[in-house]
Amino acid sequence: MVAYVLRRLLISIGVFFVATFMMYLLVANAGDPLEDLYGITDPGDRAARIASRTEIMQLNTPVVERYFDWLGGLLSFLWGQGTLGVNRTGQAIEPLLGLALGSTLRLVVLATVLAIVTGVAVGIVSALRQYTSFDYTITFFSFVFFSLPIFWAAVLLKQFGAIAFNDWLGDPVVPLPVMVVLAVLGGLLAVSLVGGRTWARRGASFAGGAVVVLGVLLVLSQTDFLARPTLGPAGVSVLGLAAAVGITALVSGLANRRVLIASLAGAVVGIIVYVSTVGVLGDPTWPFLIGLFVLTLVLAGGVGFGVGGIDRGRAARAAVLSAAVVAALSFVDWLMFAWPAYVSSSLGRPIATIGSNTPNFTGTLWETTLDSLTHLVLPSVTLVLISFAQYTRYTRSSMLETMNQDYVRTARSKGLTERTVIMRHAFRNALIPVTTLVALDFAAIVGGAVITERIFGWRGMGSLFIEGIYTVDPPPVMAFFVVAAAAVLLLNIVADLVYAYLDPRIRLS
Amino acid sequence: MTTTDPRTTAGEPGGPGAAGDTGDASGLAVVALSQGQLVRRRFLRHRGALVGMAVLLFVVLLSFTSIGFGPVPGWWHYSYTQVTAIENGGRPTLDLVPWLDGDGLAWGDHPFGQDNIGIDYFALTMRGAQRSLIIAFVVGIVATVIGTLVGALAGYYRGWVDALLMRVTDVFITIPVIVIGAVLGRRFGALPIFLFGAVLGVVLWTSLARLVRGNFLSLREKEFVEAARAMGASSSRIIFKHILPNSLGVIIVSATLTIAVAILTESALSYLGLGVRPPETSLGLLISTYEAAFTTRPWLFWWPGLFIVLIALSVNFIGDGLRDAFDPRQARVRS
Repeated sequence: MVAYVLRRLLISIGVFFVATFMMYLLVANAGDPLEDLYGITDPGDRAARIASRTEIMQLNTPVVERYFDWLGGLLSFLWGQGTLGVNRTGQAIEPLLGLALGSTLRLVVLATVLAIVTGVAVGIVSALRQYTSFDYTITFFSFVFFSLPIFWAAVLLKQFGAIAFNDWLGDPVVPLPVMVVLAVLGGLLAVSLVGGRTWARRGASFAGGAVVVLGVLLVLSQTDFLARPTLGPAGVSVLGLAAAVGITALVSGLANRRVLIASLAGAVVGIIVYVSTVGVLGDPTWPFLIGLFVLTLVLAGGVGFGVGGIDRGRAARAAVLSAAVVAALSFVDWLMFAWPAYVSSSLGRPIATIGSNTPNFTGTLWETTLDSLTHLVLPSVTLVLISFAQYTRYTRSSMLETMNQDYVRTARSKGLTERTVIMRHAFRNALIPVTTLVALDFAAIVGGAVITERIFGWRGMGSLFIEGIYTVDPPPVMAFFVVAAAAVLLLNIVADLVYAYLDPRIRLS
Repeated sequence: MTTTDPRTTAGEPGGPGAAGDTGDASGLAVVALSQGQLVRRRFLRHRGALVGMAVLLFVVLLSFTSIGFGPVPGWWHYSYTQVTAIENGGRPTLDLVPWLDGDGLAWGDHPFGQDNIGIDYFALTMRGAQRSLIIAFVVGIVATVIGTLVGALAGYYRGWVDALLMRVTDVFITIPVIVIGAVLGRRFGALPIFLFGAVLGVVLWTSLARLVRGNFLSLREKEFVEAARAMGASSSRIIFKHILPNSLGVIIVSATLTIAVAILTESALSYLGLGVRPPETSLGLLISTYEAAFTTRPWLFWWPGLFIVLIALSVNFIGDGLRDAFDPRQARVRS
């Protein structure tokens, strides 16, 4: 095991060096770094500028030697005292990289997590409802997303997700035709998810879905929810308790009273924490919030463990999950509370199209979080669109394969409920192959981030890279590349290890 | 694949010799189908793939016949360089929804509108589609050849050849495609598009190489390879005549998907200004050129994007159909 990890690490380091060498040579030879200076009319000025840039970029040194200079800098930088070089204007790379890394990391991680969660969930449902209209619709749309040019999608999102949405937010009323269309869509979704063998049943599920969507929309627009959204203690409680019931249904089935009680108790713990901290959470710090979150989970877990009886482990897990949902709901509620003020401070145009946050923006934790989120939402949706397709397709086929395995048939023939078969036997095993995809897809998301950042005007790693390429300036490009390549290589090793851990049939040697 | 080629059915139930025979021993009219016939039948039952095939064929024919290719003139009355007077603000004259303004189904003089200096946008889009298609197919061919060779050698010889080739593949996988594409595009983007396509092909072969290698690793242990080796066949004969035909399915499927990836990569690079350069054009370059005009002349943005999506989508559907068709485990054919 240790030997395997060491060997993989060594090989990866070798690959890394070869890749950086290739990259450096390619970038340095990608064009003429002095190209923009030839247009200067004053010959003295031109000669002086060419001389100074030649000096900064060390253009008189052979490329290979420059590479080893850079490599030496990188190695001593990793040791704690070196430099990653300077760009062509003489600026040091490290502070630039530090700034860029933060915003890009936020974008890439958020997009990856969202893509995994939504893609896996939809893929599983699509597999369980194979050959239904839901499955076909999802298949079709994942192909469409897969075939979308990312820059095209991003420009469209910018137009309709930000500019049109902000315009609409000036007078947030859902027009009646839109309501009807949404209701019909909700009905169709209900039919394809619930199914039903007779037309009467299908009609009933269609009507149910449509009525629910219509009702929610009517209530939302009547209560001015879209302009001043809020959940309040009542909303958090109702939604939290409902989530607790739902979690129980998934984890153990509602027949298991102990787990149901534990799960509800977990939600109640969360609600109590939410109500009792209203006074102190006006402008909290992140460590305080995280501490509170962990405390809530521990409390809920303890309560669940206490009332769980025979089924302690599962009861505690359900309670912790319920409390986490309530905590998330309270977080959203606090953000909603800060929303109207943020909208008016952004002059009524909250969804941003440029940059990774508003320059010089100050406010409470909730307001700065909102600021980051409104800047993040469109770029990450763009990135998710592309990866989502991969995850759904992959999860779907993996789940289908698992459902055809002998052990699933055995589980069914033992008389286990369909819920147990799917959640305990099929679902977990179907997720194993997805780990490999995470590593592969990460490279694609980083590549996509280069384009997305450019369209949404982020000063991130992508712009560091692109500017470097345009100006034939290796150090910034290499800074981007080192981070991206190291992340991809490490993720690949981690994915292999996780795979071997999850699937004992795989032996690492 | 021909019906009497025993190699293509090796490993299938029935084995060599069953191919091409009609199984009328029991008096039932059961016709044994060759692998090729099975694949074709399964592919033709895949509705998505058929529609994809039709759409792709339509786009290819439209783009090559309308404005002509090389010295051959097309049937469209404008060329993509000809500047004409701007009519009606350059708005598209294409009318597909007769119930909205009552013109009925109309093609008009400038179906896709005109750009800001008065070039017919249909001709320009067709030119872009032509160029993008050519690049994508060149990429597909180059990537398939490299990927197949690398995968075949690594899978067949194993040992240090495998280790070396797979490390080379790792180097390419470590670098996001768009990144190495951008660097190469900055350097080679001004080349004629055939060469630019070939350069991109050098980037996109990795997934194919891995798949072919896996296939070769399992096939080289099969009995028919053993038999060929026992009869004294040379390594190159075994690779090209015995194993390669059997991994044709894998190769064709991923070659198709590579073409879809190539279309998207090329357009993304051209959008960034790191791919095809003016005066040459491509769909991605058209979008990037007219992006700023989105609010005033949205059609300049819509049409090239629509064609990219159409091409990539139809190629992806064809690839999906081929994958299902080549998969012997595929019991039920998806519609």
